[in-house]
Amino acid sequence: MIFSFDLLINALVSGILIGGFYAAVTSGVSLSFGILDIVNIAHPAFIVLGSYVVYALNSSLGLDPILASIIVTPAFYALGAAIYQIYYVSFEKRGQESLRGLAFFFGLLFITEVTLVLYFGVDYRYVEASYIGPTWHFGPLDIPLRILVPSLVSLLLIAALQLTLTKTFVGRAIMAVAQDQLALRLMAVDPIRIKRIAFGISIATASLAGAFLIIIQPVEPSVGREYIGRVFAICVLGGMGSLPGTLIAAFLVGVVESLTATFYGPSWAPAVSFGFLLLTLAVRPAGILGR
Amino acid sequence: MRSDIFFLICLVVGCALYGGVVVLGNDYIFFAGYVVLQYVVLATAWNILGGYCGYVNFGSAAFFALGAYSTVAFYRFYPLPIPILVLIGAVVSGAVGLMMGYLTLRLRGAFFAIATLALAVVLETLVVNWDYVGGSRGAYIVRPETIAPFGPYIRYLFMIMLLVAIGAVTVARLIERSQLGYGFATIRDDELAAEALGVPTLRLKLIATAISGGLMGMAGAPFPYYIGYLQPATTFGLDYTVNSIAMPMIGGTTSWVGPLVGAVLLGSLQQIATVTISSAINLLIVGLLLVGFVIVAPNGIVGLVHRYIQHRPDDFVGRRRVGGEATGETTGSVP
Repeated sequence: MIFSFDLLINALVSGILIGGFYAAVTSGVSLSFGILDIVNIAHPAFIVLGSYVVYALNSSLGLDPILASIIVTPAFYALGAAIYQIYYVSFEKRGQESLRGLAFFFGLLFITEVTLVLYFGVDYRYVEASYIGPTWHFGPLDIPLRILVPSLVSLLLIAALQLTLTKTFVGRAIMAVAQDQLALRLMAVDPIRIKRIAFGISIATASLAGAFLIIIQPVEPSVGREYIGRVFAICVLGGMGSLPGTLIAAFLVGVVESLTATFYGPSWAPAVSFGFLLLTLAVRPAGILGR
Repeated sequence: MRSDIFFLICLVVGCALYGGVVVLGNDYIFFAGYVVLQYVVLATAWNILGGYCGYVNFGSAAFFALGAYSTVAFYRFYPLPIPILVLIGAVVSGAVGLMMGYLTLRLRGAFFAIATLALAVVLETLVVNWDYVGGSRGAYIVRPETIAPFGPYIRYLFMIMLLVAIGAVTVARLIERSQLGYGFATIRDDELAAEALGVPTLRLKLIATAISGGLMGMAGAPFPYYIGYLQPATTFGLDYTVNSIAMPMIGGTTSWVGPLVGAVLLGSLQQIATVTISSAINLLIVGLLLVGFVIVAPNGIVGLVHRYIQHRPDDFVGRRRVGGEATGETTGSVP
C-alpha cells in the first residue's frame, strides 16, 4: 500500500475522537474498579443497556439521544446503588468478593445480554439525530459529526467527574474511601454510603456512554463484549482510579486502534487493547498516572 | 479411597453408562450426552483453578476453542486419530494457559480474570484472520458415518469424551488429596500468608493454570468432529464460559463432586430446555441460577447437602451443644 499522508491525518484525528468516547466508556470502570476495587465486568453490558433505553426513547418519543440519556441517569444511578447494596451484603461483608463477586457480575452481564436479546432481538439498532450524517471537511480532513459530538460531550463528562471528585465533599470522600475506610469512619462518614454513591455514579455514566455508543455505531446486544477488554485495558493503562490517566490512555488506545484499522485492516483492531493490557501488566502495573 | 481404585470404579460406571445408552438404542441420547460430558470436563477443569486456587478464569471458551482449532489445523494437514488430537489440544491449551498465567498471575486475581476475558477476544481475532483454519467463514470437517467397533461415529465420540471426563474427574480428585491440592487451598484462603510460609505460590498457580487450560483443550479437541462445521463466533461463544463458571458454582467449588453434580444437573436441564423451550431462555435460566446460587448458597448444592447432613444429628443431641458450630461451612477435611 502506498503510504498516504491524508490517510494518516484522518486516522490520527478519528483515533483521538474515538479516544474521547473511550474515555467516557471507561470513566465508570475507573470509578468502580479503579477507586472502589469492585471488578464490575458487567459495566459494558450496562452501557449497551443504556444504548437500548436511549434507542427506545428516541424511536418512540423522538428525543435527542444525549438528552434522553441525561434524563435516565437517575434511574441508572438507582440501579447502581441497588446493585452495590446487594454486592455489599452478599459478598463484600462476607469477604467473598474475589471469587463469587466476580461470578456475580459475570452473571449480571449474561442476564442483561440475554434479556436484551429476548426483548429487542439480535438486529442492529440505531438512533436518529440531526448531527448523525453530516461531515465537516477541512481540506483533506473529514470529521463526521456523529463522532465529534459524543467525543466532545465525553470530555465534558470527564471534566465534570474530575471536578466532583476533587472539589466536592462527597467526591473527596470517594477518593478517601479507596485509601482508608477506617479513617473515613473516624470522620463520621459511613464508607458504605459513600461507596454506594460512587457505584451509583459509575453506573449512571453508563447511560451517557450508551447514548454515545449508539450515536457512533449501530448496536446489538452482544456488542458490549468487545468493550470489556478495551475498557479494562484503558483503566489499567491509565493508572487505577486516575481520571486524567484514563483520558490519556483512552486517546492512546484510540489512536493506535485507528492506525491499526487503517493500515492493517479493521479485523485486527480488537487485538490492540489486549496487547496494551498485557504489556502494561507485565511492565508497569501501576499504569501511566498510577498512584 | 485410593485413586487407582477410584479410577477403576469410574471406568466401571462409565462402561455401565455407555452400555445403558446403547441398550436404549436412541442415538440422540449420545448427542445430548456428549454435550453433558463435555461440560463435565469444562466445569472440572475450571474448578481446578477457580475453586481450588480462587482464581477466576473467564476464558474457558478461548481454551476450548484452542483445542477445537488445533484439531482443525491438524486435520487440514493430516487427519490424525482423535485420541492423538485430544492430546495435542491439551498441550496447545496448556501452553497458552501457562504463558498467559506467567504474565498476569503475579498480580492480584482480578487482573488475571480480566486478561482471560480479553484473551478470548484476541484469539477470536486471530482465528478470524487466519484463512488456513477457515477464517470467519468457518471450517468443515467431514465426519465418517461409522467407525469399526462402535457403529455410528457419535458413539465413538461419546466414548472419547466419556474417557476424558473420567480422566478429568480423577485428576481433580487426585489433586485435591495431594500436597498440590493443599498448596492450592492455601492460595485460595490467604495468598500472602502462604507466600510468607514459603509456599511457592506462583509456581503452584502456573501448574493449576496449565492443568486447567489443558483439560479445557481436551474438551474442545473432538468438538469439530461432533459439530461438523466450526465457526469462530459460536466456538468462542460466551455460553461455554458462563456454563463452565455456573456449573461449579451451582454444584459447589470446594471438591471434585461439585462440578460433576453441577454439570450433570445443569447440562441435562439445558439439553431438555433447549428441546422443549428455547435456547435463549435456557441461557437466561443459567445466568439467573448462577447469580441466585452465588448470593444464596455460596457453597453450592454440595454445601447445602453437607449442612443438611451435619444438622440432622443436632436434632437428637441438639440442646446439649450450646455453642453449635462456629462457621457452618467446612471444606470436607475437618472430621
